[in-house]
Amino acid sequence: MTLHVALELDGAPDPADIEALSRTARAAEQAGFALVTLADAPLPEGRVRIEAGVRAAFLARRTERIGLAPELHATPTEPFHLATQLASLDHASLGRAAWVIGAANTTEALATIGRAPLEPEALRRETADVIEVARRLWDSWEDDAVIRDVATGRFLDRRRVHHVDFEGPTFSIVGPLITPRPPQGQVVVLGAANLGVTDRLDVALVGGDGPDAVRRRAELARAEGAPLVFAEVESALTGAPDARPATDRIRYSGPPEGLVALLTELSGAVDGVRLHPARLDEELPILAERVLPAVATRAAGPTLRDTLGLPRPANRFAAV
Amino acid sequence: MSDPKPRLHLGVFFTGVGPNLLWTRPDFASHTHIDTFVHVARTLERGLFDAFFLGDGLRVRENRGQIHDLDVAGRPDAITQLAAVAAATERIGLVVTQNTTYNFPADLARRLASLDLVSGGRAGWNVVTTDNAWTGANFRHGGWLPHERRYERAEQFVEAAKALWATAPGEVVERRTDLVDLRAAATVPASPQGRPVLFQAGDSPGGRDLAARHADVVFSANTEYDKAVAYAEDLRRRLAAYGRSPDAVRILPGASVVLGDTPAEAEERAAWIRREQTTGPRAIAFLEQFWGKDLSGYDPDGPLPDIDPTDEELDPSRGTLTIELRTGKLERIRQWRALAAERNLSIRDLVIEVSPGAHSTFVGTPGQIADEWARYVRTRAVDGFNLIPQLLPGTVEDVVDRLVPQLQERGVYRTQYEGTTLREHLDLPPLDARG
Repeated sequence: MTLHVALELDGAPDPADIEALSRTARAAEQAGFALVTLADAPLPEGRVRIEAGVRAAFLARRTERIGLAPELHATPTEPFHLATQLASLDHASLGRAAWVIGAANTTEALATIGRAPLEPEALRRETADVIEVARRLWDSWEDDAVIRDVATGRFLDRRRVHHVDFEGPTFSIVGPLITPRPPQGQVVVLGAANLGVTDRLDVALVGGDGPDAVRRRAELARAEGAPLVFAEVESALTGAPDARPATDRIRYSGPPEGLVALLTELSGAVDGVRLHPARLDEELPILAERVLPAVATRAAGPTLRDTLGLPRPANRFAAV
Repeated sequence: MSDPKPRLHLGVFFTGVGPNLLWTRPDFASHTHIDTFVHVARTLERGLFDAFFLGDGLRVRENRGQIHDLDVAGRPDAITQLAAVAAATERIGLVVTQNTTYNFPADLARRLASLDLVSGGRAGWNVVTTDNAWTGANFRHGGWLPHERRYERAEQFVEAAKALWATAPGEVVERRTDLVDLRAAATVPASPQGRPVLFQAGDSPGGRDLAARHADVVFSANTEYDKAVAYAEDLRRRLAAYGRSPDAVRILPGASVVLGDTPAEAEERAAWIRREQTTGPRAIAFLEQFWGKDLSGYDPDGPLPDIDPTDEELDPSRGTLTIELRTGKLERIRQWRALAAERNLSIRDLVIEVSPGAHSTFVGTPGQIADEWARYVRTRAVDGFNLIPQLLPGTVEDVVDRLVPQLQERGVYRTQYEGTTLREHLDLPPLDARG
């Protein structure tokens, strides 16, 4: 019985201190976490937050094996820049990039770029479109597009660099990406199953008030096409009460042995879990010593796809 | 104007794409690999440079509707790449080129502030605009911005970014015009240098005014001495008009360097680099931009095409052309024909002669170039240069190991870093209350 275990890094005591965050990420890597996720929002929401893509890129040079998954929002950004940013993170981390798809849709979040919130179906459609266009852009350079053919003076084989010609209701993109194909081919895309875009994801994140609900939602996510499903789990292992507002995630408070038992039960239903500790710095050593050794898959590497057992996808534009 | 304590500031402008880099060398380093960037940045730190400066372009270059395949192409997102480099370096300034036409102000300001914070106050932003809808085809707003309003938007964009950087996290900044629309707040505190250092490169009157009003550094194209002097005078006049001190802005034009042990060896090497940069296919592609026609049947070592060019405007899809090359195409071609006839030049010879960059290269022994640069900086014609490498690896190592010691001997270059931020490296005055 093993699980891929992800760790949400939001909630460090001093979020403006990138060196402290680096130490936490290294500790998570040594503990055996497969990846860390970096929650983000376009507005401060009462806390300091360094933009998640910048955080992840910095961590790329401070870690060696762990996956790096910034949350980037589809709606208050340029889809072309998102795709470039993520492909570049994959290059900088030598194949460890992932993307937690965010779909911020409050009046305040969208006002940062002068937009109004979207109706639910329009939001679902735009989120799906932003993932779709990112995936096309990551394939817009074939792996062997750079040929450096001295005899003919050609740096590129232009037949292996493609326009993507995406047209949707809210934006269109001609492409190609300005960045060559990421080392993983496709960056690993994680997203909540309730965004309604599960068929575009590599990893669906499911909530639920207990293992039975998680099992049902995981089955549904698989039926909708998710290659992997992770359960969202909130932990409070220090004995102090968990004062966070209620969410749709499984919540566990108690000693680490109980968390091991819960995760063991979940391992029959999902491929992994994402942990959200109430007190990151205090719980990380406990997770490292008493939880991860009992449940976590050993990170295989070198890429995150290798660690998660996800194949490197063929390029959709490559001639068969 | 002479300066009692002149100091030359050096940066490397790494375009990452385009015809400068000689990719045909067997030891050519991967132009996208993070290790290449970290190596260059650390070499620059060893050479006590102010900044490592990345170019940007938001669409892969094309030539007459097809991907342009002759130059180095494909580069990472500059903010992401330099955030990774920040984790592997300590002092070097990290400057990204980012476009105001195809970004959202609050989104970009936030990513730049984040780079500035994680690097401990070493970030810079080279503010550029795009004047073609061809690039806009990758963005939500498409080709929405009329040519003549791009600097108007840039101005409002920079002003909004500065407002966001000058406020504490959570304080609301609101702008609502027909060019900039945002209601946002900073999410990070200010870095040790207060905000990213602003670079500006545009040489048009709009660009110069934006520089005079907002920039800390100008990355001008005026490298030759007389042009540099005239440019510096013009900029200082504009600075005065905006109530800024003549010393509020560093002038760092782009330049290339070719070193040799003797003057003759340097000249020989420079000629070799120009010829390598201007391969036959590239010479043909350069002319195709102006002719607007397929010239692939012509011999690059033969005479200029005997057919007439189209009278269409220049195709913008090849990427940036210097201002002076953008207009007056037919007259330019007439001059080229005359020059080629007078000096019996082949297509390739002509392109070597007239393509951009031909007159911004310093060629000589390290001592010669150090003497020349000492004169530039002592007379305040420039404050330094942004060097554009041709050989990767090669150029940067050569400058650091051979030219920097000569500059130090002449007392015009630092012998150690005195500060930690880019603003300190550049000897810029402290920020005023407006940021």
